[in-house]
Amino acid sequence: MANCSFMPDVLCRFPSIGDSSIRMARKVIDDGFKGLVREYGYVIDAVVQPLQWFLNYLERLFSSSPWFIVLIIMLAIVYLASRRIGITVGTAIGMLLIGVVGLWEDTMVTLAIVTVSTLIAIVIGLPIGILMARSERIQGMINPVLDVMQTLPSFVYLIPVVVIFGIGKVPGLIAVVIYAVPPMIRLTNLGIRLVDKEVLEAADAFGSSSRQKLWNVQMPLALPTIMAGINQTIMMSLAMVVVASMVGVGGLGRNTLQAINNQFFTFGFMNGFALVVIAIIFDRASQAFGKRLQKHSEVVHG
Amino acid sequence: MASHGIEIKNLYKIFGQNGRDYIDAVHQGMSKSELIEKHGHVLGLKDINISMPAGSITVVMGLSGSGKSTLIRHINRLIEPTSGELIYDGADICQMNETALRDFRRHKTAMVFQKFALLPHRTVLENTVYGLDIQGVARAESTQKAQRWIDRVGLSGFEDRYPNQLSGGMQQRVGLARALTNDADILLMDEAYSALDPLIRVDMQSVLLEIQAELKKTVVFITHDLDEALRLGDKIAILRDGQMIQQGTGQDIVLNPADDYISAFVKEVNRGRVIRLETIMRALGPGLGPEGLPLPGTMTLENAAKEMTSANQTTAHVIDQAGKPVGSVDLQGIIAAMVTPTSHKSARMAAE
Repeated sequence: MANCSFMPDVLCRFPSIGDSSIRMARKVIDDGFKGLVREYGYVIDAVVQPLQWFLNYLERLFSSSPWFIVLIIMLAIVYLASRRIGITVGTAIGMLLIGVVGLWEDTMVTLAIVTVSTLIAIVIGLPIGILMARSERIQGMINPVLDVMQTLPSFVYLIPVVVIFGIGKVPGLIAVVIYAVPPMIRLTNLGIRLVDKEVLEAADAFGSSSRQKLWNVQMPLALPTIMAGINQTIMMSLAMVVVASMVGVGGLGRNTLQAINNQFFTFGFMNGFALVVIAIIFDRASQAFGKRLQKHSEVVHG
Repeated sequence: MASHGIEIKNLYKIFGQNGRDYIDAVHQGMSKSELIEKHGHVLGLKDINISMPAGSITVVMGLSGSGKSTLIRHINRLIEPTSGELIYDGADICQMNETALRDFRRHKTAMVFQKFALLPHRTVLENTVYGLDIQGVARAESTQKAQRWIDRVGLSGFEDRYPNQLSGGMQQRVGLARALTNDADILLMDEAYSALDPLIRVDMQSVLLEIQAELKKTVVFITHDLDEALRLGDKIAILRDGQMIQQGTGQDIVLNPADDYISAFVKEVNRGRVIRLETIMRALGPGLGPEGLPLPGTMTLENAAKEMTSANQTTAHVIDQAGKPVGSVDLQGIIAAMVTPTSHKSARMAAE
């Protein structure tokens, strides 16, 4: 205060509205909002209910099936997607290590929520991306929204989600989906817009309807870009699953949060390791799959 | 399937938002550069009138920017005309609604593109059946048709390759097979051979001529190469800056270039391959009877010279289609006609 004592108070301390008015405003807004949520609670619940079922079902399926069956199915999926022995063997080693340190069940919970949120992000993102690619106006409307979504720090998402949906798995899931969907939308849009104009013209010249053009030309040619979008979406869901543990999502994220709060170094390290392992598995497998889709573009003849 | 010709009447294309507003100005003689300077609109085509006869090859020739690719895209309305009519089989293509237009594109036209425009994720066979896929033809049937054309254009054994695995010439064969499999009456070829090596280009020209001799489609062929135009075209139309400068047979254009622009083009042409005997022969009359070799009037000078040299004769007589002698030529006259310099004026004199 020494620097400031000779100045008028207004210049010295930032003139805020004052605690009592802030408290008032807060109370009015909070009460109004809560009232609104309470009144339409049944609508929100009804909308969210299927997500809850789906998530619970998948979680139970993953964690109650015998571990070796889950492992075999997982390896089969990884191999079919990548067709690479190396990635498959790496997956097996990683998953076995996770099991050995006793994190199998938590990993299954995390896998379930990442699977569900990725699927939802694709289901939402793909059509929006297609619409954006088709109309400049829709692109103009959605792009700023995506910009805001991607600028917001991930913690900030949790505030409205918690107020509207409360605490629990499903609110966490919703936060994860909101966080993970922008790359899906953007890369679908980009992929379709990058399709060679001449090929589109040829499709037109042969009398393709716009649906035929979408499914015969635009989607197949945009697929590598869309796969990159899916890859990004998976990575972002994994990142957000950890943050979403703060609103009650279980699995590896919750363990990590506990370890941070209690300075459990080894426990935290093991959970972090498990997260990294599944992140690498998802990333390698989806990227290898994306690359395999582009096999036709290999230039064999100079 | 009976072919129909295409009749283009008073076709204008002005690129820009309010193209329609400037048609009158352009009609009254506003130039391309004036239009873009004053109004920011680009003149694509100006008052094009041409009839493309059924069952023959019409070549539209011009340098880049002359509007030839714009013109061909009007025939299947990949570009919307600003005004004018395109009549095919009694219907105005410009008036078709979306469904009719799609139907017209599916069943009446097929197009071959300069840069091939093949679908990179489909194999050669799958690319070839594309048009039939769009029409909803079952694969069992379409594959059979496609195979016939794949064999015909010389791609047997490559059915399962992807376009990227083929050379440019082979890719364009796929493009041609794709268009032919569609079995449409109109075949639109937009600088189809411009991206190919000279030897392959000549080879593909022969393929087209062979197929055309059999199918008699209404072919519209765009090129910037006069030799190609003369080789393929039953009729040639020359565009410059969006305007039709001259149309006629190859021989018409070589012998009577309409202006200096065209005579500059024509100067480099191998006239021996274009001019026919009937053009330079002297009519038979008293004191000039049929002598030497009988040669058909439609034979080109180069071939006639070859025939006469190998037969060791210096004179020949020309016969018409019925085999009746109608005129006489000698080797000296043929050679003179082949080497006549073709500045604008002297070409006109040579024709007279």
